[in-house]
Amino acid sequence: MTTLMSEPETQETSKPQPAGQTAAESTEDKAVNDSETLIDVKDNFGFNYGSTQVLFDLNLRIPNRKVTALIGPSGCGKSTLLRCFNRMNDLIDGISHTGDITIGGQSIFDPALEIISLRKKVGMVFQKYNPFPKTIYENVVFSLRVSGRNNKALLDETVERSLRRSALWDEVKDRLHESALGLSGGQMQRLCIARAIANEPEVILMDEPCSALDPIATGKIEELIDELKTDYTIVIVTHNMQQATRVSDRTAFFYLGKLIEYGETTKLFTNPQEKRTEDYVSGRFG
Amino acid sequence: MKLEDLKQRPAGEPMVWLTAMGLALGTVMVACLLWVIFVNGITVFWPKPVYQLELDANSTHRVSAETNVFAGAISMDREITGADDGTREYQFFVGNKDIYGFMYKFVPHADLVESDRTKLTQPTDIMVAERLEYGNAIFYPVSMQLGTNEVLRAETPDFTTKLYALVEECNERRAKYTALEKKDIGRINHAIRKIDIQIKALTADKTTKEVQADAALSAQIDAKEKEKEKWNAEYEILAKQAEEMREEQEKNSLTYRLVTGEEKTLPLGDFVHIYQPNQFGFGDKVGFFVSQFWGFLSENPREANMEGGIFPAIFGTFVMTVLMSIAVMPFGVLAAIYLREYAKDGLFVRGVRIAVNNLAGVPSIVFGAFGVGFFIYMAGGTIDRLFFPDYVASKVPYFGTGGILWASLTLALMTVPVVVVSTEEALAAVPRAVREGALACGASKWQTIQRVVLPASAPGLLTGLILAMARGAGEVAPLMLVGVVKLAPELPIDSVAPFIHLDYKFMHLGFHIYDVGFQSPDSEAAKPMVFATTFLLILLVVVMNLAAILIRNHLKKKYSTSAF
Repeated sequence: MTTLMSEPETQETSKPQPAGQTAAESTEDKAVNDSETLIDVKDNFGFNYGSTQVLFDLNLRIPNRKVTALIGPSGCGKSTLLRCFNRMNDLIDGISHTGDITIGGQSIFDPALEIISLRKKVGMVFQKYNPFPKTIYENVVFSLRVSGRNNKALLDETVERSLRRSALWDEVKDRLHESALGLSGGQMQRLCIARAIANEPEVILMDEPCSALDPIATGKIEELIDELKTDYTIVIVTHNMQQATRVSDRTAFFYLGKLIEYGETTKLFTNPQEKRTEDYVSGRFG
Repeated sequence: MKLEDLKQRPAGEPMVWLTAMGLALGTVMVACLLWVIFVNGITVFWPKPVYQLELDANSTHRVSAETNVFAGAISMDREITGADDGTREYQFFVGNKDIYGFMYKFVPHADLVESDRTKLTQPTDIMVAERLEYGNAIFYPVSMQLGTNEVLRAETPDFTTKLYALVEECNERRAKYTALEKKDIGRINHAIRKIDIQIKALTADKTTKEVQADAALSAQIDAKEKEKEKWNAEYEILAKQAEEMREEQEKNSLTYRLVTGEEKTLPLGDFVHIYQPNQFGFGDKVGFFVSQFWGFLSENPREANMEGGIFPAIFGTFVMTVLMSIAVMPFGVLAAIYLREYAKDGLFVRGVRIAVNNLAGVPSIVFGAFGVGFFIYMAGGTIDRLFFPDYVASKVPYFGTGGILWASLTLALMTVPVVVVSTEEALAAVPRAVREGALACGASKWQTIQRVVLPASAPGLLTGLILAMARGAGEVAPLMLVGVVKLAPELPIDSVAPFIHLDYKFMHLGFHIYDVGFQSPDSEAAKPMVFATTFLLILLVVVMNLAAILIRNHLKKKYSTSAF
């Protein structure tokens, strides 16, 4: 893990570098300031499926190059919020929202924004690993191919970099042109992560990425998340409290569509300010 | 808990038996059908022994008025209709239709003389000959006339070897002149037909044009006539060659005598195959079977489809089914993609779905009628008017008449619902997670469909194709209206440019069965042909389906979504 972190990432120079990034993690709980913020959910963001409101009055700032965990009991709206970030909810008919979400200062609901370019900036890893019925190679380069980049050298380089980054390269380098469906569950999920980072996104959304995996595979993914946060902003939805404490820097607790508490993970778990947070993290409900 | 409680049967067990019975009944019916067709279709080609028998003096079942003796192969042995005492009768294939006027004769067992009743006599040197006309002959050879003066008696030791060799020679020559007539003369006929139509068009023009244009038109017509003469000259040369070969066929002849005493002399060119079935060992029988079966597959029909092979029908069915598949797949798949992926669910989409499903239930003859009205008259007529004015002027329709293209399109239209429904199902079966994965990678909706959804649903698409082929290949009724004929002189794909002739009429196995079985003058003689043709139609459908299933399995392996 440390060796990977020490590798210089040249691709990152093009990314916005907030001034506060270099600040060391503080043990004090403090709000995310403007310069640290990458994703800003603001103006009392609300979200409806038809006439059913599922998210209420949300205001939270997700910091750049940190892991933010969204936790809460089933049906609390955490996945819905996650899927707002890359507008995956657009697939559903009859949705509407109030308030706004910006990523890097740009509103994602701006009608002028191409949804495809948003999704290139915000990658996603799903609950159930979902590789395409193609070769491992084609899975990784899918996002490049759909944006018309077919240069062989570029594709080869992307495949190696993405697979190395997702700690899968050594396991699959000899069978890149075999079907991705022959991999194990954990490998498939790491392939999905490689697929998500092939496009060099700024944000990676993870929707319970380990819920279908065994403990060993889960451990590998968690390690990977830790490594990836040096380059990417990660938002992870999880049901596993231990996982949230292990991988995340900040945690947001949702209940019935409302944000109950949001703060640094250590603080939220050891010293919750709200009764409901305490009940949930200590396993009394949910 | 008492033991009786534990012994209680689970509820609904009789229903399991009922469902099993339903399946068993269906399986048995299909198996019986296939077995009957297989046995009857395949035994046609197996050589049967020929018997020479004698009837009782007072029998009314004589083959010939002169004598009680006759020869034939048993084609059936059955209980006499209406007899309750279990008396049986044979049906003999006696052949020699040119002399007897019939080919089959029923003879009750009791009508045979005592000795023949217990053991049927098989004379070893009796011959059976397949002829170009009047079906098979059963006879004893008498002599062969070689040229004008040499005569070879049947008693000569190498008579049969010589006879077989000469018949083989005739067959080779026949193959040669048939090829000449089909290929080279066919090409010339093509060209002449075209010129004829141009001349006709010009002549029709001439009658409508003003007088001063006449001179120019006449010059054009003259030029065409000259061209035609050139072709005609070439034709004459080839026709003469063919004629010479035909004459060669008449040079030698065989005189034979039937067991009933009649004698007949036929040129050797009139024989296709002469053999002595009673001398066949098992190996000979197998060889005979294979050659007969192959002949049936690869030869053209003879004698109003009653004899010879059915190659043009197999080929026509195959080409039509392939053309239909090529037409129906893109059409049906695109429609299904729009219906499933893009169309917003509403009254209109629901209406379209209902219409598509109902279309599957429309009787096929309705599609045939539609094909005549829409494809042939409207589409074909328009194509003729726009692109082939010469044909219109000479009142010869080119695309404006039934042909393999219109037949294929009519069937494509008929099978569209099958493809649409199964494609929709296949698209719906692609997991949502895979689509979301593609969209999350920045793919547009179309890219998602094209790159992920369609490959993943390819096996389902092929299932649709298999169902469509199964329905299309076996259809007869609509084809009779849009281009199938009893006897097509040329194949829709041949060596004459442009090689694929979409305007040609064609033969079809299904129609062939109908034609041979129900339109032929001799239903007894037609029966084996009908069975054999039916067997081949089923075989063709099975082979085409198997091919599609193999492709589907390959795709399934490639795109198996085992992860879900």
